[in-house]
Amino acid sequence: MPEPLIITTPTDREIVVTRRFDAPRDLVFLCYTKPDLLRRWYGLPDWIMTVCEIDLRVGGKWRFATRAPNGFEMASSGVYREIAAPERIVNTETYDQDWTGGETLCTLVLTEADGKTTSTLTVLYASKEARDGAAASPMAEGMEIGFKRLDDLLASNPT
Amino acid sequence: MTLSQQLDATFLALADPTRRAILARLAQGEASVAELAEPFAISQPAVSKHLKILERAGLISGTQSATRRPRKLEAAPMAEAAGWLDKYRAFWEQSYQRLDSLLDILQTPLNPDDKPNKRT
Repeated sequence: MPEPLIITTPTDREIVVTRRFDAPRDLVFLCYTKPDLLRRWYGLPDWIMTVCEIDLRVGGKWRFATRAPNGFEMASSGVYREIAAPERIVNTETYDQDWTGGETLCTLVLTEADGKTTSTLTVLYASKEARDGAAASPMAEGMEIGFKRLDDLLASNPT
Repeated sequence: MTLSQQLDATFLALADPTRRAILARLAQGEASVAELAEPFAISQPAVSKHLKILERAGLISGTQSATRRPRKLEAAPMAEAAGWLDKYRAFWEQSYQRLDSLLDILQTPLNPDDKPNKRT
């Protein structure tokens, strides 16, 4: 059984995603910050990260682009505002198509206890409308396609 | 109500454990205020207050019988709210399950004599 994923909306401009991992913090930090590792887990099944650039320093830029099996592409980029390895990263994020109503501010906090690491990602949107509007985005549609493929995969490959 | 206001009302309604329990109860079928109050250590007026919040969010509705005032679950706003957050949930669930596997691989010792990383 995977660890539970907890999603909360503590304010009307935020979404917080919390998850625990059975690994030490420095390793989880590497998985978030090394392109070769990040590519192997970040994103929807069958989507391919075509661009994964990380310049991990304050003021450094990052850029991700992913492509769905149907060819749909989306990309986002931003700038690192704070880096305190291996416990905290603050960065901005803007989607090329800007369906999040401007820049969002993402804060990743990693805490370790008993050899397990808890990851807390807080996304702060420009406005409540921006947060809610992200749901009606092409990203959501792209995701739907991804999920259908996953359903097919699971149906054809029962474990 | 705009979608945004609707989601506000829905999330406010869902933020409270008693209200979630009431919704869980109503998912099994209609119930009166007295029946809803029974499992909780709170008064009927307190339950009524919770019901008002749920009603405002469109999550439940009263029926015609004024005396008994049974409540029933309305699924649409819940589905809307769930759909909205589900996208985030599914994205991160999928991603993090792959991260679990990656972390497992990264922690598997190359030397077979080393104690393997245990998982349950």
